[in-house]
Amino acid sequence: MKIIVLLKQVPDLVEDLEVDASGKTLDTNDIKFKLNEYDDHALEEAILLKESGAVDEIIAMAVDGDGTDKMLFTAIAKGADGAVKLTGGNPADSHQLGKAFSNVLASESYDMIFTGVQSVDDRDGQLGPIIGSYLRIPCVSVVSGVKVSGDTAVIHKEYSGGMMGEFEVDLPAVLGIQAAKQSPRYAPVSKIRQVQETMSVIEASMGELGSGSGSSVASMAPPEKGAGAEMLEDVEALIDVLKDKGVI
Amino acid sequence: MGDILVITEHLKGEFQDITFEMLGKAKELTGISGGQCVAVTFGSMHGKADELGTADSVISIGGSDDYNPESYAVAVQSLIRAKSPSLIMVGFTSMGMDIASSVATALNIPAVSYCANISASGSEFSCTSSMYGGKMNVVTNVEGPVLAMVLAGSYNAETGRVSGLPDVENFSADSGSGNVRFMQLIEPEDADVDITQSNILVAVGRGIGSKDDIEIAEELAEVLDADLACSRPLVDAGWMSKSRQVGKSGLKVKPKVYIALGISGAPEHIEGMKSASTIIAINTDKNAPIFDVAHYGMTEDLFDVVEELVEELE
Repeated sequence: MKIIVLLKQVPDLVEDLEVDASGKTLDTNDIKFKLNEYDDHALEEAILLKESGAVDEIIAMAVDGDGTDKMLFTAIAKGADGAVKLTGGNPADSHQLGKAFSNVLASESYDMIFTGVQSVDDRDGQLGPIIGSYLRIPCVSVVSGVKVSGDTAVIHKEYSGGMMGEFEVDLPAVLGIQAAKQSPRYAPVSKIRQVQETMSVIEASMGELGSGSGSSVASMAPPEKGAGAEMLEDVEALIDVLKDKGVI
Repeated sequence: MGDILVITEHLKGEFQDITFEMLGKAKELTGISGGQCVAVTFGSMHGKADELGTADSVISIGGSDDYNPESYAVAVQSLIRAKSPSLIMVGFTSMGMDIASSVATALNIPAVSYCANISASGSEFSCTSSMYGGKMNVVTNVEGPVLAMVLAGSYNAETGRVSGLPDVENFSADSGSGNVRFMQLIEPEDADVDITQSNILVAVGRGIGSKDDIEIAEELAEVLDADLACSRPLVDAGWMSKSRQVGKSGLKVKPKVYIALGISGAPEHIEGMKSASTIIAINTDKNAPIFDVAHYGMTEDLFDVVEELVEELE
């Protein structure tokens, strides 16, 4: 049983985000990127399945760019068996990203493809169902529990209010992971360094990216500050509010 | 403008609020730009078409009452092919996320995620997406047909919750290959407290930093006779139980007072707490989107504030 986990970097929202001169995209000069947190959960869930003996091999895959090697070596340090980076293009949106992965996945063997359920920047749709559609294999999103049995997986899909749907899915399939069974692990720096020295990342050409999302951004701006919150200067003021609202 | 299809959502035989939010907006758009507002139901939900009075008509796809990511998407795909609508509104929800991106890709039509608002001008739609955890509004102008994934909580559900007797048309849709099979619905585990009934909630987010530090929020909750709630990351980390989670995949709460500690206010969280009568947010990031929905805010370190507050109150 082999899982390919698709990873991507997104802006770290802890940073202040600014729009660039075009008014349509983020100014990426001064912002830090980090692994999409849902992709981190997808990787963790794959590693947990491998540790349980249900999965034999995990390959981490990502588009080449700043920080990609480190992200992939970190994935190996955590428990992936190998890594592939996609070269020869710069996908502009989720559709082109999906196309790039699908092109490479078409000649790979796999039983499951894991990816994060969503990312903070996927304006034109989510990667999982896009890839499922390109590869013509089933996709289930918002997954927070995976069990494998033979050629099928039994998965839990989250609904609102804490309810979940249980589904049986024929493999191969794409799963959009919401949360792993436990928090994503950290890889010690020494382990990452060791992986860097002993392993290599395989390169694969991403091929034609197609026409993309079929839509483009007209503008990007921080939300207009409405009346917003009345800012309180100190705890005294906060206590006054709590008194006023009958809390104390 | 052509018709607008609203893909309804139901769970345990009840239409979900997102359905009425979208219907209200769809009706407003067709009122301005023409076309029909058409609600699309699954399984036996056409039997409750009288709740969909906002729609000009209802199309019943039939099939199973139990949501199925594969068969529902294939059905919507065949319906779009047959009806050529201008706009297809889908919730940016667990169900909508499966359907919208796969259908849009298969039909090669645009999809737009995180839609907090949609306007129409002629055959063009302008979709405003609340992206980057609510820190940026991104406007996509696009010619229909387009699939728009609507963030729950963007519109007032009550506007679209109108009874009536819309015509129901049965549509014989494709059903897919059966590669995904629904097994069962799993109810949440019994909770020690029902936070949807709480008067006052102290909610903690990622800003709390560590499991041990939740204690300080617990102390505040105790002093205020409040219940403790949290945002998603704390549940994923295993620090708090799912029954305390507020937001999209958690619970929707309407307390009199909601005190958000170290919660940035991503759309997924805001969806669950925006109806609180009074929202007080404490967060060091002055640009945190939580301050847009909060009534009162403090950009101080939450530990300093809570510590001082507890001391004062004791």
